[in-house]
Amino acid sequence: MASISFEHVSKTYPDGTRVIDGLDLEVGDGELLVLVGPSGCGKSTVLRMLAGLEDLSGGEIRIDGRVVNDLLPQRRNLSMVFQNYALYPHLTVRGNLEFPLKMKGLSRTEIDRRVRETAAMLDLDALLDRRPKALSGGQRQRVAMGRAIAREADAFLMDEPLSNLDARLRVQIRTEIAALQARLGVTTIYVTHDQVEAMTLGQRVAVMRGGRLQQVAPPWEIYQRPSNSFVAGFIGTPGMNLVRAPLDSSNGGLCVRLGDVRLTLTAQALADQPGLADRTGEDVLIGIRPEDICLAEAGATSALTATVRTAESLGHETLLHLDSPLTTVAADAPRRVPHGEPPALIAALRGHHPSRPGDAVRLQLDPADLYFFALDGEAIR
Amino acid sequence: MSAPNARRRLNDQTAVGLLLAGPAMLGLFLFILAPFLVALALAFTNLRLGSPLPLEFVGVKQFERIFTDPDFLRALSNNLLFASTVVPLQTALALGLALLLNRGLRGTVVFRTLFFMPVVFPMSLVAVVWVLIYAPGPEGMMNGFLDLVTLGAWEPRDFLRDPMLAMPALMLLSIWQGAGFQMVILLAGLQQIPEELYEAAALDGAGRWSQFRHVTLPQLRNSLVFVVLVTSILAFRLFDQVQIMTRGGPDGATTTVIYEAVQAVFTRQQVARASAMTVVFFLLVLALTWLQRRLARQEREIG
Ligand SMILES: Nc1ncnc2c1ncn2[C@@H]1O[C@H](COP(=O)(O)OP(=O)(O)OP(=O)(O)O)[C@@H](O)[C@H]1O
Ligand SMILES: [Mg+2]
Repeated sequence: MASISFEHVSKTYPDGTRVIDGLDLEVGDGELLVLVGPSGCGKSTVLRMLAGLEDLSGGEIRIDGRVVNDLLPQRRNLSMVFQNYALYPHLTVRGNLEFPLKMKGLSRTEIDRRVRETAAMLDLDALLDRRPKALSGGQRQRVAMGRAIAREADAFLMDEPLSNLDARLRVQIRTEIAALQARLGVTTIYVTHDQVEAMTLGQRVAVMRGGRLQQVAPPWEIYQRPSNSFVAGFIGTPGMNLVRAPLDSSNGGLCVRLGDVRLTLTAQALADQPGLADRTGEDVLIGIRPEDICLAEAGATSALTATVRTAESLGHETLLHLDSPLTTVAADAPRRVPHGEPPALIAALRGHHPSRPGDAVRLQLDPADLYFFALDGEAIR
Repeated sequence: MSAPNARRRLNDQTAVGLLLAGPAMLGLFLFILAPFLVALALAFTNLRLGSPLPLEFVGVKQFERIFTDPDFLRALSNNLLFASTVVPLQTALALGLALLLNRGLRGTVVFRTLFFMPVVFPMSLVAVVWVLIYAPGPEGMMNGFLDLVTLGAWEPRDFLRDPMLAMPALMLLSIWQGAGFQMVILLAGLQQIPEELYEAAALDGAGRWSQFRHVTLPQLRNSLVFVVLVTSILAFRLFDQVQIMTRGGPDGATTTVIYEAVQAVFTRQQVARASAMTVVFFLLVLALTWLQRRLARQEREIG
């Protein structure tokens, strides 16, 4: 068990691309931290630097307070589950589990004991004499996990360990990994680009973008109080809608005008985000979760009218992609005025709502559900 | 589909298949199978060109003769000695070179080309050049070199006419000539090994040597089996160097099975005797190939 900390870590590849920029991150002893971000944002690079497979260009990595920058991977006592598992193809499952133990120079009886325990834990007993080639994807994944566990390393590093599996298996193994981690209590850094995995698995989630950390917080807080519009748009399926609109004063309080609708902000919102008052009269970005939009009741006096661009029915919910009079902007580039068609306003309605392109809908919003960001994307606090 | 129907379709395809394979099969028959069958048949006769004796079947007499002929036995043991020295040394050298070149250092392409160059030269040319290198007297390059590295302690020798040195001299040249070919194949094999296996091994605590032992060697097994077997067969076929540089001498120190066979037929017209020798040679190669197939089959299971 160990705590891990990154201090001002940066990485520039020899070809000059700066991939990681001033990363500061603490992972507590026994914690499961999920590192999430879009493809190419540098998640694997962070993990590989921690493992010792990649040199640092700056900063320090500490394991249990000890700087490990110059330690070889062999000496760091970390175990890693690779995306395509990297099992030794010429060894049986048993051989794969034994390999790191043999490298450690453990006694035969100790090796046998650990292999037996690991195999029992991961249900690998029947597979011990097979070679990786004769295993299914899910079984290989379990062997890779087993190899990491049998080691009794100080920390597990997992780089998208589920991305080669089908959706159903992914959900199942995701749950197993969480349970296993909780049981073993081993410090774990889990890398994924899948925000659902991040939300369900992590005790804390670190969201990365372009080599920079955007926010580190428990899943619920990431969802409830995203630190900027990127995080807001990245977490949640579909992502948050962002609308540019002016913040007006209205008899003592504040309101936003969304098309023909005026929403008066709640006292709670003003208390939580005192920064809002300073921006009276300015344009801000309003974040609206698709699941917070609902159809207006028949008699409602003020409602937002929009037309359906496309509709997707998922059974339990219906996703409407809407053209609206609002100024929608992209979550990852809020300042850029989109060329051509602006992003659709997306509404996730519970249940089945048959609708066709061109249909007009009337929508209703609760002012308590709105999120507020400055025009540069930073959350207004 | 009913069985007769299936059989007819199979027959149709067999005819087309035979037609398409025909030219290649004909070539194989004319130039490989037929000569071999003729040699096999002749090995059991007493055929000798220009001999007054009538051609007759003599059974295994030729085989009895060659296996009691000290020259042939010498040739056979020379072949075994040559193969058992050259194959491991050359493979180890080639593996070493391939490992060096696989580290992705600058100049890799230049060195790969340099090491491969001897393979492209015809053996006859290489042999002539090495006759010059092995020239007797202090002006010979090898003598000069040895003089230099031993700081003048080396007495010039006539390598190719020295019973102790002639065979090692041929071995050295053959290793130099053949290592490049093996190296290229092993290098290709090395480049197939996924980087991730080394990374996984490093995290599992394997140092340089353990990585070589537990990742590189098992992953390279297929290439190694191939390379060792091809080299062994080439070693048993040893002829060009002998013919050009030593003519089997001195005193049979460098004679080989093929050299003996060629001598038998072209200088003594003993066609039947030479045929028997080539049959022995064929059986040796067959045994090696069989060994390779066995090792390769095991490899397939390993996957
Ligand atoms: N050896 C290298 N040389 C130069 N650039 C590299 C190298 N390796 C990775 N990169 C770049 O570094 C960036 C981050 O790569 P990294 O593999 O860490 O991304 P990632 O977040 O793991 O992405 P993914 O989710 O697709 O695996 C990418 O833009 C990639 O192109
Ligand atoms: Mg990656």
